[in-house]
Amino acid sequence: MSLSADEVRRVADLARLELSDADVDAMVRQLGAIVDYINQLQQLNTDAVEPLAHALDVHDVFRDDVPGTSLSPDEALANAPARKDDFYRVPPVFGD
Amino acid sequence: MNLTAAELLERQSTGDLSAEAITQSFLARIQQVEPKLRSFLAVDEAGALEQARAIDAKRRRGDAMGILAGVPIAIKDVICVQGQRATAGSKMLEAFVPPYDAHVITRLKEADAILIGKSNCDEFAMGSSTENSAYQTTRNPWDLERTPGGSSGGSAAAVAASEAPLALGTDTGGSIRQPAGLCGIVGLKPSYGRVSRFGLIAYGSSLDQCGPFAHDVRDSALLLEVIAGHDSRDSTSVDRPVPQYAKVVESPVQALVIGVPREFFNQPGAQATGGLDAEVERSVRDALKVYESLGATIKEISLPHSPYSVAVYYLVATAEASSNLARYDGVHFGHRAKEFAGLIDMMKKSRGEGFGAEVKRRIMLGTYALSSGYIDAYYLKALKVRRLIRQDFDRAFAECDVIVGPTSPTAAFKIGEKTGDPLAMYLSDIYTISANLAGICGISIPCGLTKTGLPIGLQILGAPFTEEKLLRIARMYERETDWHKRRPAV
Amino acid sequence: MTTHRIIIGLEVHVQLLTKTKLFCGCSTQFGLPPNSATCPICCGLPGTLPVMNREAFHLALKAATALNCKIASFTKWDRKNYYYPDLPKNYQISQYDLPFSSEGWLEIELPSGPKKVGIIRAHLEEDAGKMLHDEHAGKSDSLVDLNRTGTPLLEIVSKPAIDTPEEAKAYLEELRLLLREIGVSDCEMQEGSLRCDANINIHVPQADGTFIATPIIEIKNLNSFRGVERALKYEAERQANELRRSLDAGAWVVDSSRAKAFRDYAVIQVLTQRGSEVAKATAGWDERTGRTEIQRRKEEASDYRYFPEPDLVPVKVDAAILDKVRTELGELPAAQKARLQSQYGIPAYDAGILSRQGRAFVAYFEAVVKTCGDAKEACNWTINDLLSTLNERQLDINVCPLSPQGLGELIVEIKSTGLNKQRAREVYTAMLDGLTAKQAIDKLGFKVVGDEAQLLELVRRAIAANPKAVADFKKGKLKAADAIKGFVMRETKGMANTEVVQRLVMEELNRG
Repeated sequence: MSLSADEVRRVADLARLELSDADVDAMVRQLGAIVDYINQLQQLNTDAVEPLAHALDVHDVFRDDVPGTSLSPDEALANAPARKDDFYRVPPVFGD
Repeated sequence: MNLTAAELLERQSTGDLSAEAITQSFLARIQQVEPKLRSFLAVDEAGALEQARAIDAKRRRGDAMGILAGVPIAIKDVICVQGQRATAGSKMLEAFVPPYDAHVITRLKEADAILIGKSNCDEFAMGSSTENSAYQTTRNPWDLERTPGGSSGGSAAAVAASEAPLALGTDTGGSIRQPAGLCGIVGLKPSYGRVSRFGLIAYGSSLDQCGPFAHDVRDSALLLEVIAGHDSRDSTSVDRPVPQYAKVVESPVQALVIGVPREFFNQPGAQATGGLDAEVERSVRDALKVYESLGATIKEISLPHSPYSVAVYYLVATAEASSNLARYDGVHFGHRAKEFAGLIDMMKKSRGEGFGAEVKRRIMLGTYALSSGYIDAYYLKALKVRRLIRQDFDRAFAECDVIVGPTSPTAAFKIGEKTGDPLAMYLSDIYTISANLAGICGISIPCGLTKTGLPIGLQILGAPFTEEKLLRIARMYERETDWHKRRPAV
Repeated sequence: MTTHRIIIGLEVHVQLLTKTKLFCGCSTQFGLPPNSATCPICCGLPGTLPVMNREAFHLALKAATALNCKIASFTKWDRKNYYYPDLPKNYQISQYDLPFSSEGWLEIELPSGPKKVGIIRAHLEEDAGKMLHDEHAGKSDSLVDLNRTGTPLLEIVSKPAIDTPEEAKAYLEELRLLLREIGVSDCEMQEGSLRCDANINIHVPQADGTFIATPIIEIKNLNSFRGVERALKYEAERQANELRRSLDAGAWVVDSSRAKAFRDYAVIQVLTQRGSEVAKATAGWDERTGRTEIQRRKEEASDYRYFPEPDLVPVKVDAAILDKVRTELGELPAAQKARLQSQYGIPAYDAGILSRQGRAFVAYFEAVVKTCGDAKEACNWTINDLLSTLNERQLDINVCPLSPQGLGELIVEIKSTGLNKQRAREVYTAMLDGLTAKQAIDKLGFKVVGDEAQLLELVRRAIAANPKAVADFKKGKLKAADAIKGFVMRETKGMANTEVVQRLVMEELNRG
């Protein structure tokens, strides 16, 4: 298998995903199989190939610096899981 | 009510039917089959009837009517409609109500279409069977034991079962074409940039496109005409004129050259990538004979890098998804866990609870592909092979008008058949994925039924921004056959 | 240890003076009520997409051009992925490997002369929102205001080529002047439209000619230019002490075989006992205590997983666009300073003061010269009297109560009448109330005594009354003549023509 449980945990931390031990085991297996499959790309020599991030050949798309409509604080916070006054409320950043 | 959108428009203009009667009839059909199919996550009965009455009033006043006036349409739940829940099939967005319409919704409203409900899909459009929805599993109307395909399975099933004459889906790796093929209807993925992505909940931003589901090519052309075109709110929406697809669709393409990629078919001694089913292959070969009988030249071509498309896709799409889905962390919107210790734990638990297994897998894969030490070997490598795939198509379209092959390696598979094996599920998109990577357009049209009565899809791929030609060529086949008139008995 | 070299690099973020945010139409105004200037786009709601503000890119181009940067013909945006509640998408749209500009410089004025500070790159990115933390950190919830989210920011990264804390301050002042002059940013540190992080370490010489380098510390939370200077001074000293202590205690070690070239000398990074380089760290500056507080050392670099932003398209910049930008820039402070020196023959120091006040002030000065024809006097009056008036009254040059023509006429009047400086200042003060030079002189009743016979009479009386001063003068103490002049001035209530008095005093003293 090409991915260790430690690697899976490291990636889960980066992705801010809580995984149970069973999840980690499943990920090791499933992601491992997928990564093994994906590794077939390494057979191809792409040294002279430029990456293609976008299939579209479009550039220089701008908007003018013209004010648009903003939401009211109530509209903006309508989907917020928690609010206090007109702020989004989140658990303490420096807590553990 | 088995009528097409074009027929519904016709009946209204002659006064045979009102928008209200049409809407009521489709709502009744939904009531009747929904317990078996589960195509919809939400049906807006009151809203749809209200829209219908307004459209009838408009007609009575003699106002100019929109081009989809009084035609109901189902909307995949990754597309935002102002004031209506948009869950993207995820528990994460169970309570999310967007304060805006997607561009395609604005266009549909301007065209007087009736938004009848939000259709089920794989969570965040990640999947090929609609089994990854956090809410329900949609059934294939042709065989309730089987999936309708995915990720736009709810939209495809709704049209196939005549719960709506039209539907919108999204296609990131085949999520319109594959379910259209498995449900025996027409599904079109426009060229990247043809339709605005504004208001479409993102999965893989450089691949996502919104497109139509319909019973036939004419209806597809009609719906594409409504949703295509430039939108200043999407930087990747291309500013070029939109042809009158519905008008030109009847004129055949002269001196048609059809490219058939050898990699899409079984060769003596070698199975095609993904394992092409013999029945599917026979139907596709029969379809090619139909084109030949219409005077088309069939030319064998090669797309040498197409076998790598699934690998490339599952790096590019997941990398983009890992970033696109980072915003769902319980801070500003979406699910927040009830119990946690501090901010980071809140984020981790909210995401752990809010996302399903497949979404987590893809976020993990994409994060891994972009992470320090791996980005060169995975993400950047994939972008390089992506260019090779694009170049394959550029070369091919220099010598043929369109490329024809199967939409999927097999007809609809059984519910639960592939859920334990993600890779097998991914490989069911082998023929559709490369179009998204290359940004080209593609359509799936019905071209047969298996012995057990399951639909088979024919995929036609066209160069970027040649939807007009694609539709005309698809229509040439459709005119000669009646697969598109078959309806499942639900 | 006292002769260590200080290596400073500054990372400056300035908010661009656009009406709207980088990717949406929300206002960039400072100080609006919380969450009143947001929309689905800057809140990162699902399905929304960014579209680049043309003016923001234009202002960024202006700034980079003014900073002598190379402008890339092709540039793109990337996502910088990290989780923080003030960043609603949990990625920042920034520029990674293809910034729109790189390799520039900014010339600053030092007591030792001018210096060009190298600039590594300047790139355009979006700002984050603001967090309000409870006083008892970690105890209660934090609050998020997204008004600032998506404001266009220009990040300007200097080379680690700033040698002293004073130089860092001079760099920031020059940068602020330049960016304000060309209308790119108002650079108000108090409002956060200019923010600065400072990277600093020291190189301590050893007997063998090599230098030991301390680990780089990035200082954050710098709220003023003076704060930057103080923090860097403190931190340089702290690092010197820490190095001495840590080497003595054996906590840090030096491996001479691992010397690396830096500029024209060899540098050795300190190592932990395990042999790995001592990690960089971040420090917060506490203005109140005047100390830097080292936060946790980063054991491994953050993994930002940069990749091309698929929702934006690249931008191409051609020669025509650059020409247009250059034309719009007009005369930049450095060029202006050189021109003032050569065109008006004023000292570099004075030209520097003039140019630092901005274009409007320089234009005022030039209008004064035009009226009076005396650049030296015009310069003295503008950089001394006028500038202190503006500072005292906290006025902008554009609303100055005295027109440049008025000041020019005052100078003409002084020269023709020989009005002394003290009286001239009184006239000047009266002119601030709206009088012309002549009106002010009349009103104050100043009538210059210019009659030679009358003045000669007074000079002779003064000589007679001051035998000691005369004797001192004869012994060579030329300053003693001031007493004679002072007598004449007192007698005329300061209204004697100073030039005439000067000449007569000298003639009389030398004669006798």
